[in-house]
Amino acid sequence: MYSPTYAAPTTVDEAVGLLANASGSARVLSGGTDLIIQMRSGRLRPQTIVDIKNIAGTIGIREEADGWHVGAATPGAEIGENAGLCAAWPGVTEAVQLIGSTQVQGRASFAGNLCNASPAGDSVPGLVAAGAKAVIAGKNGKRTIPVEQVPVSPGRTSLAADEFIYEFIIPKSSGKTADAYLRFIPRTEMDIAVVGCGVCVTLDNNGVCTAAKVSLGAVAPTVLVVDAAAKALIGNKLDDATLAKLDAAAQAACNPISDKRGTIEFRTKVAGVLARRTAAIAFSRAAAR
Amino acid sequence: MAKTHVTCTINGEETEFLCDSNQTVLDVLRDDLGLTGSKEGCGSGDCGACSITVDGRLTCSCLMLGPEAEGKSIGTIEGVATGDHLHPVQSQFLKHAALQCGFCTPGLIVATKALLEKHPNPTDEEARYWLAGNLCRCTGYDKILAAVHAAPAEMRGESA
Repeated sequence: MYSPTYAAPTTVDEAVGLLANASGSARVLSGGTDLIIQMRSGRLRPQTIVDIKNIAGTIGIREEADGWHVGAATPGAEIGENAGLCAAWPGVTEAVQLIGSTQVQGRASFAGNLCNASPAGDSVPGLVAAGAKAVIAGKNGKRTIPVEQVPVSPGRTSLAADEFIYEFIIPKSSGKTADAYLRFIPRTEMDIAVVGCGVCVTLDNNGVCTAAKVSLGAVAPTVLVVDAAAKALIGNKLDDATLAKLDAAAQAACNPISDKRGTIEFRTKVAGVLARRTAAIAFSRAAAR
Repeated sequence: MAKTHVTCTINGEETEFLCDSNQTVLDVLRDDLGLTGSKEGCGSGDCGACSITVDGRLTCSCLMLGPEAEGKSIGTIEGVATGDHLHPVQSQFLKHAALQCGFCTPGLIVATKALLEKHPNPTDEEARYWLAGNLCRCTGYDKILAAVHAAPAEMRGESA
C-alpha cells in the first residue's frame, strides 16, 4: 500500500533538509486542498510529505515597513478576516476567497494555489497585479522573487527540489493605488476560472493613470503579465478609447487552450471583457482613496 | 512504514490514535475511532458531507491528513448535541424536515453551527454562500435554509 513519510518540521532549516535529503519525490504540504486530492487519485505519489505549517511565520499576517507579510500556508479564511489587508488589497484578498467553499477556505493558501501551478489559480493574477513577491527558503537561505516567476508550466514551478515558499510580501499600497480581481465562471460559486484578471492602478488627482499592472489567468500555460495592457492604461483616464485599447491588448496576449470550460475564441473574448470590467473597479477604488 | 502517533482533542476529549500518513482525518474518524457520523461523499472536498471543525475553523476532514491533527482540537457531528439534548440547529433541522436521505445532514449541521458562531443572525445570502460547499441532492435546500434561519431564535432561547 502507498504510504509516504510524513514530516512536520518546526524550523525552516529542518524543512529544507527534509526536502534535500528525501529519497524519491517530496512534496510540500500547506492546506492540502490540491495535494491530498492528487495523492488520493493516484496522480501524485510523493514519497515524502513535508508539512510546513508548524514553522513559525508560515501561518499569519504581519504589517511591516516593507509590506504585508503573509505566511505561505495562511488559509483563505484567515486572510479574509484580516481587515487591514482586505482594505489595502481588496483584489488580492477577494481573489483568494473565491477559491472553493467555506470548508476549502479553512485550508487553502496562496502558496498551495501558486505551487499547484494551475494556469487557472484564482489568487495568482491578483498577487501578480499587486506586485507581490514570494520569499523562497532553500539551503542557501532565503531569496525573494516576483510571484509571476514561480510557475513555469502547468503543474511545474521554478523552485528547486529543496526549496519551498515561506511567505509572501505584498507591498504597502499608498496614495491612489488600488487593485481588483475578477474571474469568469459559468456558475456563481465553487468553480474554476475560465479566465481570471487582476488589475492594479495608481491614479493622479485628475484620475489619470500613472502606473498599472495587468495580469491574466487561465489564458496561457502560466499566469500572464500583460505589459501592453498596462501601457494602454498609463497616461490615460478610463474612457472608451482607453478601454478599447486595454481590451485589444488583453486579447492579443492570450494563448489559451480549448477545453470543457471554454474554447480558445471564448476565452480570448472574455479576457478583453474582464480586463475592462476589472480595470473599471480598480480605477474607481483608486479614485476613492 | 511506521504509523504516526497522534494526540489531539476530539469533541473535547483527549484522543490518541495511530495512523498511516496517507490516511485522512475522515478515514481515522470513521475507520479507526468509530465516529461514523462524518460521511464520505466525494473524498475530494466538493460535497461537505465530511465537514468538521479544526481549532474552530470549518474544513473537510477528507482534505486533511491524519498526522496533521496532532495537537488540534477537532469538532465532529458527534459533539454537537449535549448528551440527549439536541443542539438548536439539530432540533430545527428535525422540526423543518430539512433532510430526506440524511447523508449530507451531519456535514450541514456542523457547517451551520460554524456559520451561526460567526454570523449569529445570517442573511439568506450569507447562509447560502457559507453552505455552498455542502451538497444536498434530496431537499432542494429550501427546508435546510428554513431550519438555518430558525435556529438563531432557539439559540437565543426565544423558542422551544
